[in-house]
Amino acid sequence: MRAVDGVSLKLEEGEVLGVVGESGSGKSVTMLALMGLIPFPGRVKADKLIFNGRDLLTISERERRKLTGKDVAMIFQEPMTSLNPSFTIGFQLTETLRLHEGMDRKAARRRAIELLEQVGIPSPESRLSAFPHQMSGGMNQRVMIAMAIACNPKLLIADEPTTALDVTIQAQILDLLMTLQKERDMGLVMITHNMGVVADTAKRVMVMYAGQIMEERSAADLFASPQHPYTAALLAALPERSEGGRLATIPGVVPGLYDRPKGCLFSPRCAYATEHSRHVRPELRPWAGGHIRCHYPLGDPNRTAAIQHDHPIRTETAS
Amino acid sequence: MTTETMEAPAVAAPTATPPHPLREFWGYFSANHGAVAGLVIIVAVVLVALLAPVIAPHDPNITNTALALKPPFWQEGGSIAYPLGTDPIGRDILSRLIHGARLSLLIGIAVVAISIVIGTVLGLVAGFFRGLTEIFIMRLMDIVLTLPSLLLAIVIVAVLGPGLMNAMLAVALVILPHYVRLARAAVITETSKDYVMAARVSGAGTTRLMFKEVLPNCTAPLIVQASLGISTAILDAAALGFLGLGAQPPSPEWGTMLADAREFVLRAWWVVTFPGLAILITVLAFNLLGDGLRDALDPKLKR
Amino acid sequence: MAAPPFSVLAMLRFILTRVSLIIPTFIGITLLAFFLIRLVPGDPIETLAGERGIDPARHEQLRKEYGFDKPIIVQYGIYLARVLQGDLGKSMITQEPVLNEFRALFPATVELALCAILFALIIGLPAGIIAALRRNSIFDHGVMGISLTGYSMPIFWWGLILILIFSVQFDLTPVSGRIDVLYYIEPTTGFLLIDTLLSEEEGAFWSAVQHLILPTIVLGTVPLAVIARMTRSAMLEVLGEDYIRTAKAKGLSRLRIVALHALRNALIPVVTVIGLQIGVLFTGAILTETIFSWPGVGKWLIDAIFRRDYPVLQGGALLLGVVVMGVNLLVDLAYGLINPRIRHTR
Repeated sequence: MRAVDGVSLKLEEGEVLGVVGESGSGKSVTMLALMGLIPFPGRVKADKLIFNGRDLLTISERERRKLTGKDVAMIFQEPMTSLNPSFTIGFQLTETLRLHEGMDRKAARRRAIELLEQVGIPSPESRLSAFPHQMSGGMNQRVMIAMAIACNPKLLIADEPTTALDVTIQAQILDLLMTLQKERDMGLVMITHNMGVVADTAKRVMVMYAGQIMEERSAADLFASPQHPYTAALLAALPERSEGGRLATIPGVVPGLYDRPKGCLFSPRCAYATEHSRHVRPELRPWAGGHIRCHYPLGDPNRTAAIQHDHPIRTETAS
Repeated sequence: MTTETMEAPAVAAPTATPPHPLREFWGYFSANHGAVAGLVIIVAVVLVALLAPVIAPHDPNITNTALALKPPFWQEGGSIAYPLGTDPIGRDILSRLIHGARLSLLIGIAVVAISIVIGTVLGLVAGFFRGLTEIFIMRLMDIVLTLPSLLLAIVIVAVLGPGLMNAMLAVALVILPHYVRLARAAVITETSKDYVMAARVSGAGTTRLMFKEVLPNCTAPLIVQASLGISTAILDAAALGFLGLGAQPPSPEWGTMLADAREFVLRAWWVVTFPGLAILITVLAFNLLGDGLRDALDPKLKR
Repeated sequence: MAAPPFSVLAMLRFILTRVSLIIPTFIGITLLAFFLIRLVPGDPIETLAGERGIDPARHEQLRKEYGFDKPIIVQYGIYLARVLQGDLGKSMITQEPVLNEFRALFPATVELALCAILFALIIGLPAGIIAALRRNSIFDHGVMGISLTGYSMPIFWWGLILILIFSVQFDLTPVSGRIDVLYYIEPTTGFLLIDTLLSEEEGAFWSAVQHLILPTIVLGTVPLAVIARMTRSAMLEVLGEDYIRTAKAKGLSRLRIVALHALRNALIPVVTVIGLQIGVLFTGAILTETIFSWPGVGKWLIDAIFRRDYPVLQGGALLLGVVVMGVNLLVDLAYGLINPRIRHTR
């Protein structure tokens, strides 16, 4: 089974890419593949996987490990379970430094304190000997960030970094991530199902659905005039965009691994689905300064005619 | 924040009705080859035990010194009339093993039955009345659990006097805490659920509640524990028999047979080998069955 | 939470709580031992005095001494006071204090039990870890099959079979005892492996090792099976945790992830299981010592039963119970040390 299919993405140095989609749309799996963290028995079959001029698919396991955690780092959704409960914060933080930077115990300790300061943890020295369960979720996520940026990575992947946190803490963590990104000019991939987070952070946005890219373009364009019906539906579900008292919702759920439709993956939930889109899966094609995977992009002047021509399915119920 | 509320479409109703629970259980159970093997062995042992007088070639207690220590039939000096050889006083080992199956099964089932009945009642009482009653019962069970099980059984038998009945009582007491704990835990989780509340409100008495509403809901773990308990009971009773504290000679109990055979270990390997093999296979079968039952009955443990 | 991450006070409180928890168990065990003698049919004094009988004057004196004329609760008090002073009565056969006999024999049992648990750990831990890492491989199925068999093993038979194979068939190992009769080793520590080394007698150490091999395997079989199974399932669970993914994302080597990040957490339930196995070990020691004529407390207890030496049975059972209780407490404390979450939540 293909959990993720036909995804191609490119990230320049210092760029912030937002990857959005509902739960189960393959955002995390894509990034885990990039990190080489796909759990057994999953496999990555990519044509190209190039980081900083090196093809990650051809280098050895050992070479690759030298990159992961150093040049490419990742932070995860659940800070409370992502840190090892049996080791102190200090140990887990200095471990990376000693491995990748070859620091001795003292140097690593000094650097760890600096890092904890940078991510805004008060009295960092005493925190070094604390265990993860003694700190709050927000604090643990700061530690995770400190661990990720410890070796000055060129690319940081943040997988739903704020989802598990309190609302008030979410904004702080996002601010921290953005500040660090600007200071260090590192590439940042922000995976989230939260359109609001993307709007605040990303320059470029990639919308994923059921393991495929649906739309990909600059954030400003995407928010101003979404081209894919799915993007439009996601945006309409934003509270600040809602008209009247009720939030717009998208009927249905993301198809699972085994019940993917034959045609366009979004067609069962799409308001504009036709006989054609039910049977023929659209290709990802260049469109309006980005890419789109749709037969009838919203900005296409001929789309009404095209839809009519292809026997629309929901005309009666859509209105 | 965005909302991600997705209304489930009406068309996506479940396609098939869920299978009958028993059928579903069998599906999980039969996928576990070890468990099926265990079940087959147990059925075979039960059949052997039931038909013992018919299939045993000889009377298990007839002695014949002329035939003492005959080896199994495939060894020189053995004969097909005594397929697994004879013991030091000329009794047929196969016949004794076949009759011993009756004893071992009887021990396993009787011990677990006693334990389950007493244990469940104690557990239900502890779980329902809480307070001092609970503390008293559970503390007592903790103490029983702390002591090494065979040591406790030995001490009990030493006091009551050696014999099969006393050995069975001792083993029943030793495995009691498992059932008490299970029943109590089940009562405590079940009583916090709505249906028990509903039954209480509608005026059901405590006794009725205990046996009619709560007990049926903790049968699954009890069945699993019972299967594992039978294997413990057979093993411990055989150990007591081996030490001379369980069934007494000339009873063909497997552990007792081993105790008799011990001094001949240097001369006749077969008198030692077969009774122990019988114990091992039977105990292993009940353990396989118990593991399989647990996996099939407890979806929480499935991965 | 600004709580100090590692406070001596929290540690002390943790230890005290755990220690206080065993007091009811201790009282329970003494109650059991106390009533044991009274459950034996017949007059308790005559039971304690043995089969040779006792003259009426001495009988009356003992009645007073043990307080049999007083209410049962007072009798228990007297018994408890004696126990706490280390007076567990005298053996009817040897007239030696029970505590002294126990002390003389206990090292033999401990030596055997320690070797058995070491044997179980050395084989069981790696087997469980590798089985988990190669889940559903032939190795995994093999380990699981063998360990379930080991778990179902009647060890008294297992001992006889090993004697059949190694002693009778191949003449590799001795059949009984702790050391060859050629040697006389003055007990310094009571542990023969150490004492033989200290004695500088030629070949004594090797003889002791040879005598230990079969009993160690027999006694270690069940713990080995349990440890292998437990390690495998704990390891499987831990390997699926988020922090293992984090460790991989740090670029750590597979060895470091498994041996440090995963194992440290997987060991927590395994240590508990090892603790519970201590009780099983003493049970097994009774059988193992009987098979191999190993002069330890297990064989001593069984012999006492057949000699109707009730004071030894009463005192020995009590002491064994207390030892198991003490070991369980130590395991509990060790558990707190390797699992910081336990240490801080109590």
